[in-house]
Amino acid sequence: MPSHRVPSEADVISTVEFNHTGELLATGDKGGRVVIFQREPESKNAPHSQGEYDVYSTFQSHEPEFDYLKSLEIEEKINKIKWLPQQNAAHSLLSTNDKTIKLWKITERDKRPEGYNLKDEEGKLKDLSTVTSLQVPVLKPMDLMVEVSPRRVFANGHTYHINSISVNSDCETYMSADDLRINLWHLAITDRSFNIVDIKPANMEDLTEVITASEFHPHHCNLFVYSSSKGSLRLCDMRAAALCDKHSKLFEEPEDPSNRSFFSEIISSVSDVKFSHSGRYMLTRDYLTVKVWDLNMEARPIETYQVHDYLRSKLCSLYENDCIFDKFECAWNGSDSVIMTGAYNNFFRMFDRNTKRDVTLEASRESSKPRAVLKPRRVCVGGKRRRDDISVDSLDFTRKILHTAWHPAENIIAVAAANNLYIFQDKVNSETH
Amino acid sequence: MFARGLKRKCADSEDSPPAPPACSLQRQSLLDMSLVKLQLCHMLAEPNLCRSVLIANTVRQLQEEMSQDSAWQVPAPASAGRGPLERLVSTEILCRTPWEQQGGHSAADSGGSPAPDLLSEPPGAPSAQAPRGAPGCAWEAASPRESRGGFQRSLDQIFETLDSKAPRAAEGLFADVDGPYYDLDAVLTGMVGAKSVPGDGFETLAPTGAPPPGVSYKRDLGELDHVVEILVET
Repeated sequence: MPSHRVPSEADVISTVEFNHTGELLATGDKGGRVVIFQREPESKNAPHSQGEYDVYSTFQSHEPEFDYLKSLEIEEKINKIKWLPQQNAAHSLLSTNDKTIKLWKITERDKRPEGYNLKDEEGKLKDLSTVTSLQVPVLKPMDLMVEVSPRRVFANGHTYHINSISVNSDCETYMSADDLRINLWHLAITDRSFNIVDIKPANMEDLTEVITASEFHPHHCNLFVYSSSKGSLRLCDMRAAALCDKHSKLFEEPEDPSNRSFFSEIISSVSDVKFSHSGRYMLTRDYLTVKVWDLNMEARPIETYQVHDYLRSKLCSLYENDCIFDKFECAWNGSDSVIMTGAYNNFFRMFDRNTKRDVTLEASRESSKPRAVLKPRRVCVGGKRRRDDISVDSLDFTRKILHTAWHPAENIIAVAAANNLYIFQDKVNSETH
Repeated sequence: MFARGLKRKCADSEDSPPAPPACSLQRQSLLDMSLVKLQLCHMLAEPNLCRSVLIANTVRQLQEEMSQDSAWQVPAPASAGRGPLERLVSTEILCRTPWEQQGGHSAADSGGSPAPDLLSEPPGAPSAQAPRGAPGCAWEAASPRESRGGFQRSLDQIFETLDSKAPRAAEGLFADVDGPYYDLDAVLTGMVGAKSVPGDGFETLAPTGAPPPGVSYKRDLGELDHVVEILVET
């Protein structure tokens, strides 16, 4: 993006995702664009650019469309990006908007053939009479060029808005979930998909619950989980039946009667679900908490962390200004020992599951000079107020961190705040976690 | 929170309209806010289904509590406090509207939807209609199947095949759309007029209290166009 362009709504980042090695980081935005960053290899020659991420490729993934039948615009906003495991020199990723998933192939070209017999350097046909001898074209090095091409377009699979995509560990199939249905696709087949979950009631008048997120198990290719707006998680086994409407396991925490309010259901709605790298746990995010669930225990989460409990008394205002419907994502670190999620005022929170310590950090230009150490922030809820504390009432609810991602192996995190991407690295402790 | 006894005492006095206790005022304002949100929902490009469902569930919960609280009131049409029941009715009507765009067809049609019932019967009766007219229960419209018959079925089919390159299937529907234009418009602007002249009795159904800021009940060409678009979709 040229530096003189004023950031607009279209530049707001809507998804962030590291690839499986962490070498590449993809972001999608509301304007349908995907920007891929590549980590520079650490080199002794340039110690200052140790492992920093630079722009690798930018392309337009989705364009706005118009659904003539419904007279509605289909947003080009990229809802999710998921990388495919790398199988050859090329990289592939899936990107989706509300309706259509696309498979993109990213290749590098750093050589160019030269010395054609029939064409000259510009590609124009040579006058054959000038050709006196034959030569074998040779590959000569050229400036690195990154080429992106759409390989598959998976369209017309969804009536409702796609909220999640997830690549199966079999590397052949993937699923896409909308508000009411989940479809299973084969990566090579675009003209048909299998519906594996359908919670649309026969009578739409009876609709009270929607699917909010969905993910395949990282190791068991037959298992996947989906979360609902009522705060439940359903683990499904594709071997059990073609249509996985009956869950294998239902994870639901009983409601706390002392905390009941008109907003109880809304704040229990799960906005994101992520399997741990080990595959043994699941992480969920609802409006006020992040919870860790053990796949072997359906009755309640094994851990609950308060993200911003001070908002509990402000739910009515947050309902009024619609913030209560904000969908925050959550992330595990590579060793599943730390979890991270975003909050308001461009704060994001990290919870260490072992030490039970947590920290609040801020993603902002002022506090993020290159190589500066982030200062922990604190929200005070009355009582003693320290110097740099922020009071609940001065939190900026228009600045929110919805999308975060953690490098699969190292302590590098990517945090999206509106149209800005922040990448933080923990150099000191990169080995310990 | 006020004790039940206090509420009962207030409503027993038929001399003056009872002042609702603070909690039910809170509830009412929350209900009004929710209904506005639902109405604004269907004016956006394509409403967020999750958000709509959550708001609708909240509305349902509020209405359940409110009707529970007024359940002790004997449903005698004449003497029942017009205040709370009136509000129940108005919210039901308002509630029905946003589901049009959720893939459904128009609410107030010739098929005898609850709307004319509510018009012709005294205010006490609508509480009996509550289950049918309850909010969020009309993600598609509350028009009975009999009147549309194949319309509902083919709509669902259409919905399924909408994106699957079979647009011609929808053409047969358009013929049905002419009738309800005005009805839908009336409903959307808070007036009920399925068959009757919009003037009939809608005074009792207009929301009491000033409409929240930003919600315009003006009927202008732009809105009418928008309504037409919604109908064409169905």
